Amino acid sequence: MHKMASTSMTALRALRRNLMRSALTTLGIVIGIAAVIAMVQIGEGSSAAIKATFESMGANTLIVFPGQAVSAGVSFGGGSAVTLTSQDAAAVARDCPSVLAAAPQVNGRMQLVRGGHNWVPQFIAGTSPAYFTIRDWPIAQGRKLTNGDVLGANQVCVLGQTVVKELFPSGQAVDKTILVQNVPLRVVGTLVPKGANMMGMDQDDILVLPWTTLKFRISGTALQNQNQSQGSSSSTAAVSTDQLYPETSQSLYPTPSTSEQLDTPQPVSFPNVNSILVAVPSTAQIPQAMAEITALLRQRHHLQPGQPNDFNIRNLAEISQALSSTSSLMTNLLTGVALISLMVGGVGIMNIMLVSVTERTREIGLRMAVGAKPRDILGQFIIEAIVLCLFGGALGILIGQGLSKLVQAVFHWPIAVSIPAVVASVVVSAAVGLIFGYYPAWKASRLDPIEALRYE
Amino acid sequence: MNLIEIENVVKTYHLGGTDVPVLKGVSMAVQQGEMVALMGASGSGKTTLMNILGCLDRPTSGRYILDGQEVSRMNPNQRAEVRNAKIGFVFQNFNLLPRTSAIENVLLPSTYADGSIPSAKLRQHGRQLLERVGLADRADHEPSQLSGGQQQRVAIARALVNSPRLLLADEPTGNLDSRTSEDVLAMFQNLNQQEGLAILLVTHDAHVASHAQRVIHIHDGMIAAGAFESASPQATPPADAASPMEGR
Repeated sequence: MHKMASTSMTALRALRRNLMRSALTTLGIVIGIAAVIAMVQIGEGSSAAIKATFESMGANTLIVFPGQAVSAGVSFGGGSAVTLTSQDAAAVARDCPSVLAAAPQVNGRMQLVRGGHNWVPQFIAGTSPAYFTIRDWPIAQGRKLTNGDVLGANQVCVLGQTVVKELFPSGQAVDKTILVQNVPLRVVGTLVPKGANMMGMDQDDILVLPWTTLKFRISGTALQNQNQSQGSSSSTAAVSTDQLYPETSQSLYPTPSTSEQLDTPQPVSFPNVNSILVAVPSTAQIPQAMAEITALLRQRHHLQPGQPNDFNIRNLAEISQALSSTSSLMTNLLTGVALISLMVGGVGIMNIMLVSVTERTREIGLRMAVGAKPRDILGQFIIEAIVLCLFGGALGILIGQGLSKLVQAVFHWPIAVSIPAVVASVVVSAAVGLIFGYYPAWKASRLDPIEALRYE
Repeated sequence: MNLIEIENVVKTYHLGGTDVPVLKGVSMAVQQGEMVALMGASGSGKTTLMNILGCLDRPTSGRYILDGQEVSRMNPNQRAEVRNAKIGFVFQNFNLLPRTSAIENVLLPSTYADGSIPSAKLRQHGRQLLERVGLADRADHEPSQLSGGQQQRVAIARALVNSPRLLLADEPTGNLDSRTSEDVLAMFQNLNQQEGLAILLVTHDAHVASHAQRVIHIHDGMIAAGAFESASPQATPPADAASPMEGR
């Protein structure tokens, strides 16, 4: 312990004795670490920016579809079961900790009419205000849908830019009215352009409206609309969709007799939705969120253990894979560059330490003559190298921080402070000192004191 | 009581396939508290003998007993410990660490000692030694700010810091003018008489050698004279030690 402390003191004194050379020796490490820190921070910033882009494309969203309906052994395909409700969406948003937001979605494909123009948009989404959060889609003009719109099944809508272009050549859509299957809808807002999605479909070709409006006012004939009269009559007093659109279907028709039921099968009616859109805070939490949603929906749908799920959860695996491969590529690239620059720094340290050993041959001889053992000399030179590298590393971290801040200020590139990179830099610089300082130190310790003392 | 006792020491160097004998069977002894000069021309084997006596080198054959310990069979680490604890070195070219204060230079050997003495006490000891060589006010000066004589006095203080049994001085006045040479030699005599410290002066200068109580002459790898002269019961009491000074 004492030996270690006194060897360290000796090494520190030796470094202080030749401050200029010490500073120059460590310059390689300073530059190396500074470059690594700056690159990692800028890289992480860009990585985060890329991640945000991917997430806006839907990498952090999940879609819950109903399961398949099977009748007499004939499957109707995925999504044909009538099991998901808007209450399920609300419960997912409320009870799953890994879920940021959830919105029900009712789809349709209808003609829009405005004066002399008409258009059939690619997407018609009947949904709730959470939709805009989940799809990370800001409003360009006007306002979003509100909970009040959904509760009242208000005849309002928000248009994507393509629809605006087709129906309103003037560009002014807000507060105008369009007709959807003869139901007038007031345009309350327009969405910012988003472009095509990964499948090449124009995402701006969209009409967004309250799911209640789509389901109960417009798609009346296509979908079940048995709650429509009740919904419109009590809309002012209601405070939640649960009250307005109860899950238990009410019987509007006289209960048919058993023989009548057998003769004319009636579909069971629900205020069901086509899918539930779920946002997760980050892609890493997707598996956790999927597990939570599965557990919650199984409970809500009263599924016994062993019974298959009556719903499917899909994530956008393609996008999240692209995301993870991109970020691992970035990380590998940065690691490679970092290793090379630290190698160069380490070789610099080794060169100067070798020169230093030659230059200080007399000193080494003297130290040996007055009682230094080879391992004392070895320890002194290794500690000198490690201390140099650590000082260089610390200085490099500061300079790297400064550089990345400068880049942020001048070029407005995003940066992210990376604590792991700082820790790794300190460890790596100590390791570089040890590895590249060993050979010169070993050479010093092998000197013959007689020769060394006589060295000129 | 013999501090140094060597018996039939042979040292042979292997140069380019041939054996070059440098010491051809040297035997000699130095008593405790004795001041001895080792004289010889260059090439006589004087430096080789000094390196063996200083535990920097080991003999090819023969025995070397220093202060009751057989040194000739020791490994390099053990010899480093012996050098640290028992021998103080003074060199011709001082060999002080550059850009290092006098006090740090003095304390250098103590960094390699066993470390039982606290550093504050060591510093105090170092300052006392500097005071003793007359450099109390120069403790924080660096070698470049000191004259040659002052540097050699710092080196003497350094040689004394671990309280050695033997002071080995290799041409200690070789780089000094005659006035400071006398000062340094007087300091050696002083240490020898007051502390009873054994001193071995290695020199080719008869005048320097005359400051010693006894001169060992080495010639062509053999001791020509003086190997055991005062090995008989200590015939030269301290009072007699001053006589070389009178004789100069």
